[in-house]
Amino acid sequence: MKFTLSWLKDHLETDASLDDIAKRLTMLGLEVESVSDRAAGLESFVVGEVTKAEKHPDADKLQVCTVNTGTATMQVVCGAPNARTGMKGVFAAVGAYVPGIDVTLKKAKIRGVESSGMLLSEREIGLSDEHDGIIDLPESAEVGASAVEALGLNDVVIEIAITPNRGDCLGVRGIARDLAASGMGHMKVMSTDPVPGAFKSPISVTTADESVCPQFVGRMVRGITNQQSPKWMRERLLAIGLRPISALVDITNYVTFDLGRPLHVFDADKVKGNINVRLATNGEKFLALDGNEYELDDEICVIADDNGPEALGGVMGGEASGCSEGTTSVFIESAIFDPIRTAATGRKLNIISDARFRFERSVDQAFAAPGIEIATRLVLEICGGEPSEITTAGAEPKWQRDIKFRPDRVKQLVGVKVGRDEMVRILSVLGFGVSGDGDEWTVSIPSWRADIVAEPCIVEEIIRVYGYDRIPAVSLPRDGALPKPALTQEQALRSSIRRTLAARGMVEAVTYSFMPSTDADLFGVVVDAVRLVNPISSDLDVMRPSILPNLLAAIGRNDARGFADGKLFEVGPQFSGDGSDDQELAASGVRSGAAAPRNWQEAARKVDAFDAKADAMAVIAAFGIDVKKAQITDAAPSWYHPGRSGAIQLGPQNVLAHFGEIHPGVLKKMNIKGPVAGFEVHLGALPKPKAKKSQQRPMLRLSALQPVERDFAFVVDGATPAADVQRAAASADKKLIVEARVFDLFEGKSVGEGKKSLAVEITLQPVQKTLTDEEIDAVGKKVVAAVAKATGGVLRS
Amino acid sequence: MGNSDKLKSDLLAMVEATTTLAAVEEVRVSALGKKGALTDAMKGLGKLAPDERKAAGQELNAVKDAVTQAIDVKKTSLSMAEMSARLMEEKIDVTLPTRPEEKGCIHPISQTIDEVVAIFGEMGFSVAEGPEIEDDCYNFTALNIHEDHPARQEHDTFYLPGQGEKGRKVLRTHTSPVQVHTMMSEKPPLRVIAPGRTYRCDYDATHSPMFHQVEGLVIDKSANMAHLKGVLTDFCRAYFGVDDLPLQFRPSYFPFTEPSAEVDIGCTREGGEFKIGHGDDWLEILGCGMVNEKVLENCGIDPSEYQGFAFGVGIERIAMLKYGIPDLRTFYESDLRWLRHYGFSALNVPSMTGGLSR
Repeated sequence: MKFTLSWLKDHLETDASLDDIAKRLTMLGLEVESVSDRAAGLESFVVGEVTKAEKHPDADKLQVCTVNTGTATMQVVCGAPNARTGMKGVFAAVGAYVPGIDVTLKKAKIRGVESSGMLLSEREIGLSDEHDGIIDLPESAEVGASAVEALGLNDVVIEIAITPNRGDCLGVRGIARDLAASGMGHMKVMSTDPVPGAFKSPISVTTADESVCPQFVGRMVRGITNQQSPKWMRERLLAIGLRPISALVDITNYVTFDLGRPLHVFDADKVKGNINVRLATNGEKFLALDGNEYELDDEICVIADDNGPEALGGVMGGEASGCSEGTTSVFIESAIFDPIRTAATGRKLNIISDARFRFERSVDQAFAAPGIEIATRLVLEICGGEPSEITTAGAEPKWQRDIKFRPDRVKQLVGVKVGRDEMVRILSVLGFGVSGDGDEWTVSIPSWRADIVAEPCIVEEIIRVYGYDRIPAVSLPRDGALPKPALTQEQALRSSIRRTLAARGMVEAVTYSFMPSTDADLFGVVVDAVRLVNPISSDLDVMRPSILPNLLAAIGRNDARGFADGKLFEVGPQFSGDGSDDQELAASGVRSGAAAPRNWQEAARKVDAFDAKADAMAVIAAFGIDVKKAQITDAAPSWYHPGRSGAIQLGPQNVLAHFGEIHPGVLKKMNIKGPVAGFEVHLGALPKPKAKKSQQRPMLRLSALQPVERDFAFVVDGATPAADVQRAAASADKKLIVEARVFDLFEGKSVGEGKKSLAVEITLQPVQKTLTDEEIDAVGKKVVAAVAKATGGVLRS
Repeated sequence: MGNSDKLKSDLLAMVEATTTLAAVEEVRVSALGKKGALTDAMKGLGKLAPDERKAAGQELNAVKDAVTQAIDVKKTSLSMAEMSARLMEEKIDVTLPTRPEEKGCIHPISQTIDEVVAIFGEMGFSVAEGPEIEDDCYNFTALNIHEDHPARQEHDTFYLPGQGEKGRKVLRTHTSPVQVHTMMSEKPPLRVIAPGRTYRCDYDATHSPMFHQVEGLVIDKSANMAHLKGVLTDFCRAYFGVDDLPLQFRPSYFPFTEPSAEVDIGCTREGGEFKIGHGDDWLEILGCGMVNEKVLENCGIDPSEYQGFAFGVGIERIAMLKYGIPDLRTFYESDLRWLRHYGFSALNVPSMTGGLSR
């Protein structure tokens, strides 16, 4: 919402400085977005008259102008095509700074002719981008007078942001009222006395019902001349960014911004029959003032005559009955439209207008009738003519209501004590009625404040005007001297998962929760429920079923920039449906290219499934789970390499994680070089950490006896999982064997076709006494027997 | 000079003359070995008369001690020299690089959330969470934003095709629905923060379709706007590390709070350099207010008994301000150079006692 300082002062009697007004507006909740003093820097420019313009002797496109500046006569060389004898323009003397071209003028010779000063274009004074010619001031401009004055720029423009609840401040008078309440001056009286009608309006109005248009006030003015509106009005409209059109249209715009009262004017001669405010019929067509034709439906309010819809109620007028320079009879509309219906119409037809903006935020419910009197006065003043009597349909809506207000609530809710007299003063200036005393008052709400619906609204009004800066800052008292943990154990473990992966050399990424469906489709079945109805782009059209595609795409982008070998992870949500149980938290990561950069000691190694497996196991361990208790299987989803991937499970049903090399076919479709190894840990599947009764660790029993290691090599079938051999060996003697570890794998002719040799190191921990050779041999035999039984493996000879 | 003296000087000379450990060993064998000169001489003692034998024996023992000692000394000095020589041969070029180790890092969004949690945790808040695909009701209606509310148009909501029990499925536009769930499921007093992902259908230099918020909620019998000012002042000062950071509370409007406020922090742009702290300028960083009575009622809390406040802060916004990150969109691009530049060490865990940021 824009307005000018002088405009504000039409309504507010004040001595306050611009700076104080701007600061107070912001502190009232009317946030100042800009204050532009358009005259700043232009003070030295004056109105100059070109008394003679002659062609430059040595240049086709230049003219030599003699300029009367009121105090002197100057010779100026000018390149503007519109410079001509008798015109009045904006003159800048030698020594003046011209902001639009960032130049301080000096006396100069242009193609041998002396030039002292300059006639300026709009761009040169920083008013607009217009540079086709110099400013052509009206004949009436006084030679030697300040150019700022002549251009109507001596009025500061203030722009404020209006929150959706403050429809009453979409007119300058409402803003003045807030300022007055906060002690920045006094409201000026505004006349809304009825203008007597000279005849009965030949156009009468009917309305369908209250939900469409509760009140419609109309009046005809005949015998008018619709010329240009006066300079003061044009200047104000221009200052707030509105293009002056004609007196009638300008008046409606002016009253809209001055009083927050939208109006519409019909060319009365183009209205056929009487006016009926009704709902449109489905498929009815309407040509609006913006030049577009709209197809209407039966929820849209139209103002219609015998020709059909002439305006969209509260939104926009129509082309057919619009006013033009030839209009001699005008029918003025001042009506009240339903906010919800107006908003819905605007949304449906995608029309944004100053009227819609006000009606959907609710206008002053008691101002339709006074509004038309003010409009009539302006029409009579500017266009002349003879007014009819008022014609009205419907009635002023019943807006009167009271709210019980306990003055103590201010202190309770806001923490600051405001004096009762001050509360009454603030409410009264804002237009509220206050009655009763003691601990419960009755506050009546003014017709322009539909946003005030409950007691806290009144508290807000008081404290907003009293000043938020007068509320003290009081630290929140805590329950107990020391804080309790802010995170649940699970939340804290999640944080340590991130830090575990980062400590393992991986870089954390945060990627969008949505992704292209073309990528998502490579990662399982994407249900329709997670396809966005209104995606920001087709590249981000489904909720991600997995984090991996986003990380893979990032690997591809980094590679394209010359940074291969990315190691990225993300801990975040993924979606299998739109229910709250369908959102799963996953810790996923990818490693691409070389496991580590090549170096002079070791050859570079490509990443493989075991890198991803180690990451996944580290995540699971970081969640406090003993990974040794988990089983590794070779079952993994389709986006992994079918022979180089697996799952980490607790029991046959509970899959904690998948890991492996990403399927080369998937990489190819996503245009990624690879190899890439990835993992996905399903954090929801991890057993929840149990609340411990005690933090005590089990008793530590240290053996004084040295552990003993023995190595075995087994030849097994090539398809036998190493884990089976390891598990069989480890469980051969549960008392003595504390660890069994596969430390070598050999495949070759010497062990037989389709066979492999796995070497296992067994660690024995004697408990009571040092083991004898016979005892160790006995355990060895058990190991061999156990492995043979479990896998058919035989000791390698 | 007797025989023993000669033997001594001969043997010592032989020891002295050696230059390798092997030669020393040879000398030892030739002197002290089974067939060594000294051993021979010892054997000859038996032939002597008993009175001579004693004196000669003593002499030979002295010779043996002297030679043994000389051999030990020689051995030590030679082995030291040998080790020195060997070590010199083992010399490496220590300017060669070490085996590569990769350094990972934590994303600034995670780090900032950890910082925020550390501060609010100290003030007695706990962390609440909720789904990101919400029913319309929890995202809007329960928060006093009905279907036709003008504020609803400003939310640029992403819609999903489904219909939940409580209205159309939407991507949450703020983390406020977490507050709704908390109020519906827990009894006051409440003191929670809800950090998390939020979504709005908007994309330009200062808007991302996904971003992060942390919202806070305090409900009890006496929490008022002065406390709200206190909490946010304490938070901003701790987070930005400016003890006397000025804050300005301005009246504003949100459907779910009343009275509502927007909060600015002091800053200066003198000399083209942006700095947070005392200055001539203000920068808006968050919105807040007293929880609207209707919202309390919608969530089953009796407004005649309880009251409280709520606030919401953009995580990326405060991270950008604190760490000088110029562009919002870069947070989600996963550019390794960006992540390493703006990321944090895994071991840099923010806490109020150990320091928020190092």
